[in-house]
Parts: sequence; C-alpha cells; structure tokens
Amino acid sequence: MRAQSRLLLAGDSCIAMEFGNEISPELNRMVRRMFFLVKQADIPGVLELVPTYRSLYIYYDPLRIRLEDLKRKLRELERKADEVELPPQRVVEIPTVYGGEYGPDLDFVAKYNNLTPEEVVEIHTSTDYLVYMIGFTPGFAYLGGMSKRIAAPRLETPRVRVPAGSVGIAGEQTGIYPIESPGGWRIIGRTPVKIFDPTRDPPVILQPTSDYVRFVRISEEEFHRIKRLVESGEYEVSIRPLREG
Amino acid sequence: MKAFEVTKPGFFTTIQDLGRWGYQMYGIPVSGAMDRRSLRIANLLVGNDEGEACLEVTVYGLELKALNDTVIAVTGGDLTPLRNGEPIPMWQPIRVRKGDTISFRGPKSGCRAYIAVSGGIDVPKVLGSRSTYVKGKFGGIEGRPLKPGDIIETKEPTVDILRVLARKLPEDFIPKFKPEVNVRVVLGPQDDYFTENGIKTFLTSEYTITVKSDRMGYRLQGPKIEYIEYNIISDACTRGSIQVLGDGMPVILMSDAQTTGGYAKIATVITPDMDLLGQAKPGDKVRFTQVSIEEAHTVLRKYEEEIKKIKEILQ
Repeated sequence: MRAQSRLLLAGDSCIAMEFGNEISPELNRMVRRMFFLVKQADIPGVLELVPTYRSLYIYYDPLRIRLEDLKRKLRELERKADEVELPPQRVVEIPTVYGGEYGPDLDFVAKYNNLTPEEVVEIHTSTDYLVYMIGFTPGFAYLGGMSKRIAAPRLETPRVRVPAGSVGIAGEQTGIYPIESPGGWRIIGRTPVKIFDPTRDPPVILQPTSDYVRFVRISEEEFHRIKRLVESGEYEVSIRPLREG
Repeated sequence: MKAFEVTKPGFFTTIQDLGRWGYQMYGIPVSGAMDRRSLRIANLLVGNDEGEACLEVTVYGLELKALNDTVIAVTGGDLTPLRNGEPIPMWQPIRVRKGDTISFRGPKSGCRAYIAVSGGIDVPKVLGSRSTYVKGKFGGIEGRPLKPGDIIETKEPTVDILRVLARKLPEDFIPKFKPEVNVRVVLGPQDDYFTENGIKTFLTSEYTITVKSDRMGYRLQGPKIEYIEYNIISDACTRGSIQVLGDGMPVILMSDAQTTGGYAKIATVITPDMDLLGQAKPGDKVRFTQVSIEEAHTVLRKYEEEIKKIKEILQ
C-alpha cells in the first residue's frame, strides 16, 4: 500500500502535501490526482493550488477554514486518490528551429556527446516530455524524460540575455525559456510559439496537470511564417491525445 | 481622470495592489505591495476599497504634478512627503489642487511609502491584478517602474472626496518602523534539512539585510546556518519563505517571490510581519522568533480585526 503523504507547514496560510522525495512520473501522477480532487471538492477557504514534482501546495485562508478541518478534509480526499480518473493527457507540439543563430550551443552539445548535430535533434524530437510542474519564471515548464545521450553541462558563465522561446539543455534536463531572461542553459533551438502571454487566460500554453511536450523540427522559413501568425494571433498550437505505451 | 503627471520617477516607483492570485501554478508570482497594511489603510483614508492600486514609492526622488483636483493619502515608511515643497502629514487624507507638486525628500523611517489616490489608480488589470511585476514585464504601466511623462489615471471616486478629508487615523494605529526588525516565523516546510544547531543559530542570531535585496527577496548576512542538505527537489515557494543557500545564509522571499525553488526552506515568516520586512532596507537587522501555527493564526486574526476596526472608525 502507498504510504500516507506528509503535511508540512509553509507559513500561516499554506500547507504542503508531500507524497515522496523523488522525481518520478508515478509520484507526480499522485500529485495530479490530489490536485483534481481538492479542486473538485471546492473547499471554502482554499484559495489556490500549486502542483510540484512530488507535492501539492495548498494556499488557504485560516480565518475561513481551521487548519485542523483542512487537514481532515485533505486526508479524506487522499483516501479516495487511487480511484480518481485523471483527465486525458495531451501532447502539445512545440515547433522548433534547431542550430545556427537560434541554437548557438547545438554543436557543443553534439561534440560533448560524440554525436552529430543532426543526431542531437533526432534524439531531442523523439520523446514526449512530461510537464512535471511550471514555476521559477512565468511559464517555465520543468520537463522530464530527456535522453542522457544528449545531456550537457550548463555554461560556465550564464548569458545576460536569452531570447524568449529558446530551447535549451542543462544537465539531463531540457526546457524552454518563456520570457527573455539571463540564463546558463545550452541553447540548441528556438520556438516561435509564445509559451507565456499575460494577455491570455490561462496565460501559459502548457498545463502542469496533464501535459506532455513534443518538440517538432521546423525550418527557418517555417519559423518566420509561424512567428507572423503568432504575432497576429492566428496561430494555434497543435495538440493531440497522448498515445499510451 | 488624469490625476498626476510623473515629473521625476524616483529611485523605483511601481503600481501595486494586493497581488495577483490564482496563477502560481503557471509560475506567475503574486507580487503586490511589500507592506500591505499600509496600502490598505491608505486606500481606506481616501474612501477607496482597501485593495485598490496605489503607488509604491521606494526611498526617494518621486515627483508628481497634479493635473486635477484630488485627494491622496500617504502611508507606510516616512520618506518626508512634501506638497509644493512644504511637509505634509502622513496617515491622513490630503487635498491636492491642480498644479500642486508632490515630492519626497528622503527616508526618516522605513523605506516604502504608499500613495492612494481617491478613486484608485486606473491601469488595465492583467490576470486579475494591477500590480507591476517588473521581471515579467507586465502589470502596472507597461510592466515597468514609472518614468518621466507617465500619466497616473484614476477611476471615478465612489464617495464624496471632500467629505473624506475629515478622516483621521488614531495615533495608536500608526506603525513605527525601526532599523531592527523582529519577525515571527513558523518552522518548515523543510526544517528537517537542518541540524538542531543550525535551527538554534537561525533563531538566536542577528542577520543583516544586504544590498542584494529587492522586491523578489532579501539576502541576509550573519552566522552560518548548519544544514544536513540544502538542495531539495524543487517545490513551491511563497512570500515569507526563508531559503538557506549553500553558504548557509538565509534569503527571505518577498512579494515578487518566484513560485518554485530548489533550496531548502527552514521557516516561513508570518503574514502580518511581512509588512515590517517590507519597510526594512539594506543595513537593517533582522531577528527571527519561532511561534506555533496556533499562535500565528491568532496573530493573523488580530491583524485582520484591527484593519476591520480601522475601516469602521474611518467610515
């Protein structure tokens, strides 16, 4: 049987429900189950939920719900967690142009792993990456599932400016910079899609509770064509159901 | 209504309200005023709802020219507010006439002043809030600090603004901001990543706020906090989270706190005491006192009851 979660205090208005201490799709699935259960339960006084790798953070108003009552309610829900049907998982396709000015570190990642740049792209585009959680900056998805064969260390000195949409590798992780920011990841490509846009609601194209990301290689011409559509608000990202197995 | 033109933007002035809630799962920080009690009272003094957007003025230098007659209130840290070069009282409504200049000479106590304008500052809401998040470049005016030439627009006041001029906050409710801050904390969520010794050091030592401090977080300097491990599998952070870095030094996350992070969090500052930290500046000293979660909730209840009382007194 699964061990009961730990309830940890994160101040006077937030509690963390922690299901374990590792990065694994199974543990993360438990977080997602609890997310949907608590959301559906619509508990008065519960304000906001933040799913993470292995825990669910629950913001609450202690003047509207007593902590003891909230804990009791969470335990009740947790007992039902194994029976929850999760909403269907989606694969969000992220068109990406690799190498050149868009991916200045592609050659490094290839050399570092004794591969050709072509092989790196091949490997990077052949996996559905699980969105474990979103955080750190608006829209930054912590993705899981990258092949160790294209792992690469961070830059010794971070770049001052990494353009929004840059696709990078750091250690055994891959990710997309949703906003222009400083950064030390090895940049291998760029997507014209706006991962984060505060004028949309929800503001992020990815859901931390159901999504996978699949990078799809595009040409430079395609990049510019999609970018124009994105600018004019006519671009719709391609989403398909996850094929199990 | 066009209320003010910004003639000098000052060191760092942004539009803030009580924050952008409901989007932390997308990595969007809550933001909002660093000293929320002062923002709420400023609004109540001029007849606004307590959560309307205000100007958060940092340290010095802001200068505004009134484009219309209005009523303002200045609360928070005492940055020596002036009208046409003459000192004006804080914590009460102030009549401003077209052509008047409002400026700040510099800090006497605290470091952030709040200017509420009758009607409330009118900028488009982004994801439910008017708060400026500068790192994300959204909220407020174009997601940035104020610059010369910006126009501060306000909504139509819902009360007779001349009648609010009689409002006055009793002296007892006016906070005093000191360069030594004692804040109460609830241990966790990762206090088990620290040695007994480390927790003792944290709770008995004095820490100094360093210049590496902004609306996102305050880096502190002081006795090293002993940990068992300082890296965690990244999880959520909140306003008030106290992370400990590899060098054993604590960082208190403030209003623009990142929503997730990978450092172990030894404790969390209780909500009411975050206002005191919001008025603390580099060089100020911080001490931490542990309270139980029950005590923390009692303090929070009293804090909210006090604001309710202020609301009643001012009406």
